[in-house]
Amino acid sequence: MSEAAIRLVDVKKTFDGKEFVVNGMNLEIPKGSVTAIIGFSGTGKSVMLKHILGLYRPTSGLIEVLGQDISLLSKDELTIFRRRFGVLFQGSALFDDMTVLENVCFPLTEHRPEYSEEKVIEVASKKLHQVGLDPKHFSKLPSQISGGMQKRTGLARALALDPEILFYDEPTTGLDPILTEMVDNLILETHRQSNGCTSVMVSHDLEAAFRIADYVAMLNAGQVLLFGTPQDFFKTEIELVKRFVAKGMKHR
Amino acid sequence: MNEIAEKTANWMDEVWNSIADSVMTWIRVVGDMTMFGISSIQLSFKKPYRYAEIIKHMEFVGNQSVFIVALTALFTGLALSFQLYLGFKMFNAVNMVGPTVALGITRELGPVLTGLIVAARAGGAMAARLGTMRVNEQIDALDVMGVNTKQYLIAPRIYAALICMPLLTAIFDFVAMMGSYILCVKLVELDEAVFWDRVNAMIEIRHINEGLFKSAVFGLFFAVICTYRGFNTTGGAKGVGDATNQGVVSSMVMIIILDYFLTNVFIRSFYHLTGIQQ
Repeated sequence: MSEAAIRLVDVKKTFDGKEFVVNGMNLEIPKGSVTAIIGFSGTGKSVMLKHILGLYRPTSGLIEVLGQDISLLSKDELTIFRRRFGVLFQGSALFDDMTVLENVCFPLTEHRPEYSEEKVIEVASKKLHQVGLDPKHFSKLPSQISGGMQKRTGLARALALDPEILFYDEPTTGLDPILTEMVDNLILETHRQSNGCTSVMVSHDLEAAFRIADYVAMLNAGQVLLFGTPQDFFKTEIELVKRFVAKGMKHR
Repeated sequence: MNEIAEKTANWMDEVWNSIADSVMTWIRVVGDMTMFGISSIQLSFKKPYRYAEIIKHMEFVGNQSVFIVALTALFTGLALSFQLYLGFKMFNAVNMVGPTVALGITRELGPVLTGLIVAARAGGAMAARLGTMRVNEQIDALDVMGVNTKQYLIAPRIYAALICMPLLTAIFDFVAMMGSYILCVKLVELDEAVFWDRVNAMIEIRHINEGLFKSAVFGLFFAVICTYRGFNTTGGAKGVGDATNQGVVSSMVMIIILDYFLTNVFIRSFYHLTGIQQ
């Protein structure tokens, strides 16, 4: 396994001081890989993702992202550090008062002040082309395009600053099978095109996770139950993992 | 007998605990809100400066409120003047209608009514917009994009309210006086020269400034309250509704309470200290 892009060491998190939502989590996500985080609802997947993004601070433990212990960063430093990430949110989280193009231009105007207006539009258009969005949709508002196009726009926005780590939060939840396959292929294609970018996907969709990911981590009760390649999940003797895999694959 | 005493004591305990909990929650929220407002304003002094955002929100808070503020002002001026005319007529002092309306409007009704209208219109919209952005993960998206959300979303709205409220209050004062003029001079046919002469004699610039100062404070408060509620929305559509409701209601109540304290504590103290007669 190559060098770790993300390292969690004995991470614990409690919101009320009693119950631990994350309870001694240990995980190493290799640089340049596609890693899927799977697990039952309420096992701490989203909380873990928010810790890695620095939106939550752990109660104890170490979270190292790109070699940096993020719990040591001040709010301002964290704000700057996050520019190295790209995130595709579950609902795309596009700014609804901005057009498709403006949404993708936004991170560039914020963090690339040296770019001229023409350069910003050029880079944003390139990213939108990369995710396969037709230019005729560039001037539309998010409410005027389909769910699939919103995902593409969200991904183009996440790619705008050429991130070192791309996070996908439940990218296919609530989508029909055709759109799901489109988004899966988009993630794979984007990963191939991005140079050495690490992709982390939090998902319920087992089939997609096994098809796309180089590594899969299954969470349970705030801990990593199993981390390995997709093949490891079919060979495992852990009863809970076997049941989860059997149910997950059957439901597709 | 002992049992009744014990039950009464338990009930008293419960009531006391519930009051103590409510007070503690209120103190925590007020503390949070104060820190939220202060940190947002502090962040506005850091680069990048958000002038364009301030102008955008000023257009919404100020420009788009002009019509409704003016309409309310016109009818407030008309109704107040008519009531005062009926009252002063009994004492044969109808010439006092103009200056009384002018004092009431510039010092009290202008800032308070403008505050209530703009808090309901723009404050409600601020809470709803930020609440929707929160539940749709747009605020999280800004966070992970490395954008300081308080600096980008909150500070420009606070400045817009702070700047626009005195301007809207000035419009309210002017239109309400026009309403009073229409009623007194055009409808009940008081002498025009006497009307303006009395107003000029009794109104000083400090009365207008007092109202404008109060309106800026109201703007600051409703913007902080509504943005705080919206920014900290939890839950889905219900959460957005609750945040909007809490933001608008708290702002309106706060404007009425603040008005009393600003008039009777701060402004009177200021006049007392500077030796100016009220």
